[in-house]
Amino acid sequence: MADSLPISGTLDLTRAPAPKRLALEVVHDWITTVDHKKIGLMYIASSLVFLAVGGFEALLMRIQLSVSNEKFLSPQTFNEMFTMHGTTMIFFVAMPMLFGFANYLVPLMIGARDMAFPRLNAFSFWIALFGGLLLYFSFLGGNGLYGDGGAPLVGWFAYAPLTARTFTKGNSTDYWALGVLLSGIGTIGTALNLVTTTLCMRCKGMKLTRMPLLVWLILITAGMIFVAIPPLSAAQIMLLIDRYVGGHFFDTQAGGSAIIWMHFFWIFGHPEVYILVLPAFGFANEIIPVFSRKPIFGYQAMVAATVAIGFVSLSVWAHHMFTVGLGADADTFFVLSTMIIGIPTGIKIFNWLATMWGGKLRFTVPMLFCVAFLFQFLIAGLTGIMMAVAPFDWQLHDSYFVVAHFHYVIVGGILFCLFAAFYFWFPKMTGRMMSDTLGKWHFWLFVAGFHLTFDFMHVPGILGMPRRVYTYEAGRGWDIWNLVVTIGAFVQLIAIVVFVVNLIRSLSSGDPAGNDPWDAWTLEWATTSPPPVYNFATEPIVRSRRPLWDLKHPEDPDWKYE
Amino acid sequence: MGVRGPRKAAAVLLGSSFGEINMNGLIRYLSHLYQTIVHSSNIFAPASAPAHDIFRLSMFVLAITMCIFLIVSGLLLYVLIRFRQRVDDNGREPAQVYGSNQIELSWTVIPVLIVMVLFLATVRVILEIEHTREPVNALNVIVVGHQFWWEFRYPQYGIVTANELHVPVSDGSKNPTPTYLTLLAADVNHSFWVPRLAGKTDLIANRVNTMWIQPEAAGLYLGQCAEYCGLQHAHMLLRVYAQSPADFQQWVEQQQQKAVQDPSVAEGRAVFERNACINCHTIAGTVATGHFGPDLTHLMSRETIASGVVPNTRDILRHWIENPDSLKPGALMPAMKLGDHDLDAVTAYLLTLR
Repeated sequence: MADSLPISGTLDLTRAPAPKRLALEVVHDWITTVDHKKIGLMYIASSLVFLAVGGFEALLMRIQLSVSNEKFLSPQTFNEMFTMHGTTMIFFVAMPMLFGFANYLVPLMIGARDMAFPRLNAFSFWIALFGGLLLYFSFLGGNGLYGDGGAPLVGWFAYAPLTARTFTKGNSTDYWALGVLLSGIGTIGTALNLVTTTLCMRCKGMKLTRMPLLVWLILITAGMIFVAIPPLSAAQIMLLIDRYVGGHFFDTQAGGSAIIWMHFFWIFGHPEVYILVLPAFGFANEIIPVFSRKPIFGYQAMVAATVAIGFVSLSVWAHHMFTVGLGADADTFFVLSTMIIGIPTGIKIFNWLATMWGGKLRFTVPMLFCVAFLFQFLIAGLTGIMMAVAPFDWQLHDSYFVVAHFHYVIVGGILFCLFAAFYFWFPKMTGRMMSDTLGKWHFWLFVAGFHLTFDFMHVPGILGMPRRVYTYEAGRGWDIWNLVVTIGAFVQLIAIVVFVVNLIRSLSSGDPAGNDPWDAWTLEWATTSPPPVYNFATEPIVRSRRPLWDLKHPEDPDWKYE
Repeated sequence: MGVRGPRKAAAVLLGSSFGEINMNGLIRYLSHLYQTIVHSSNIFAPASAPAHDIFRLSMFVLAITMCIFLIVSGLLLYVLIRFRQRVDDNGREPAQVYGSNQIELSWTVIPVLIVMVLFLATVRVILEIEHTREPVNALNVIVVGHQFWWEFRYPQYGIVTANELHVPVSDGSKNPTPTYLTLLAADVNHSFWVPRLAGKTDLIANRVNTMWIQPEAAGLYLGQCAEYCGLQHAHMLLRVYAQSPADFQQWVEQQQQKAVQDPSVAEGRAVFERNACINCHTIAGTVATGHFGPDLTHLMSRETIASGVVPNTRDILRHWIENPDSLKPGALMPAMKLGDHDLDAVTAYLLTLR
């Protein structure tokens, strides 16, 4: 195979291709691999399975809520569903999917051979996967060795003292604590790897200010993980101490504090949502410029805004506690910090718009998802500003308005960016293009279903419907909105099915992609699709933020202007 | 399916005959929907001073966010149309613009100004609601949240009741008579939310919170627990009856009476007193002094039971005593396994507790 790549020496042509292997050898290879690309793909694949499970849980809830006084699910089952849906989607779908992409892309984008700690990388994946399996085992073993099954039903934030053994019988809460604790260990391992790799293994010429923005955002995300995850892990250990070893941290009947659990949880919980959203912003930062045919507008400002978001996000947590009675002084502080974090976030939206301004927009499927992301993230941010206004939040908190807001961020923002990332990097990972036709069906169906569900979901919140209710009275004016929300959920289901069909069919019969199907500019497009196991046979040397632009446009390289 | 599909669905919805829409039915349905939305538990239909404060602030915030939305999404739409790659494109890359410090500065300064305005407006309302001085003639109610019902104690009157909160209307002018609620939790966390009367405040275990309401018109205001508290969180409903001062006074005096002692239901009373009912419930003037369940002294002065879930009628009450789980699966009142005769007797007794 001739080396047709823009950077010579990328491929090692001295060795003959390996002979075909037995199926068992392939399985063994994947189970024992420490290659960041395979680990990344395993993260993504396992998160897709959990996405199907979490989505199924959502559909069951939506059927139950489609009309008032419905009896499709018992209160116990419904409460298990919303707890498992939230826990699954945050810890076993969103985080692994984002880390899967980070694992795959970061070494390639910085011209490195692999992550700094390949075995830690593999360990992090397998322990996180085990945590998910342990959590789901609760359906069988949740009430102990001789009891019946019972999944956790304390809500994904597991407020004390509902989690005390007095108030929730059986072991379901322990499965929640342990499953999430294990995944937290995996998360911290991955963060260690990402920070070390980014700081120590960049190729020649790639100063920090020449890294792709995706790598910057993942670096900052990893830093936030070090600060945000340990409080959650600590709180879960304290909860287990309370439950089994005679502790009273959160045991209000013995003088413990329910509020302290909330502080611990939300000091994790709020940075957590920025941990989820920053890599998604990173995808947009790579995809929007390519399909606008312009560099990102304001690279330095984007880095500065992200660092600002990283810091400020550690100071906003008690906006989840405005109704807890912390007092006017505390409420005021958190109002201010929450409003302040809207500023760098808004700046990012303006920079994306400015990137597209004056460009030549190509509405490929990844770009369609990014454009929808921009529109939807704008709305999500604005409803967030509404809830930063504490008195308004005193009405909106714990209602369906909040549920609509955070799904707008996570589905309308993060998941849309993830879909864009799938369509954009699938060719690099597999050597095949995804179907454009199926992609557009996926996009339009999902946009329709998303808006049907989550636009109208704001209304019951305004009309007084609280969250986490397994049913509701007739005559409150909530019925019609809930029915529309449920219909939208099923439209989204169809869209996801189209997506999965697209993924599977394209794997075997997609058009050959070539090395650089999108005419992009970062280093991953300088190697083959899929890359060889060593990524680059010789270390690339870069002189600007867009090394492939420089090679494709030798008369007008970036390094003359940066 | 064409036009007939939606018409059929609407006909089924309105209960009219197959294949035909009843215009009157449609109008009635829409009117009912509108009434329900406006009058049920809409946060944008305030009927009390703190709710009004929040409403005004929220309209201000909505105006600002709506402007931002229209401007930014308008820009997005413009960009999508104006800068899309044309079919007859010349294949050259557009001008590669890296950024502009002046532009970055301008769209940093404007959000900072917006944040300053929003922040000041917000602080003002936080203080308006949280730093008011309690007037001398305010009504004090202690609210204790239980799994899955509300206990209301009126220390100024020596009354204890459950689930249906009676308060006086305040004319709000020179002599407001708000109701100050002290919020306690008996077990796990709960939250008191009656949207038309105030924002919600949580009832946190091992903590004392306070809030106030000041209803300006007589009527029934609906709400429910807004902090997940277990199996029947969805059925911890709130009914707040705002009454004219005269009606409220009458209600207070009635509640202050000891329990009715009707000799014709002595058998039912005996059933009540020899079963474990007395361990959980209080009936003033009898041996029943339990605190785990609602006070039943004036049970029949309430329109609903099971915390607003079912109407308080003879048949439903009997059904509830026989098997609470059938009406509210997961309620903490056990089925007392009474035979039919005892069940009839004790129901007849409870029906006399006006």
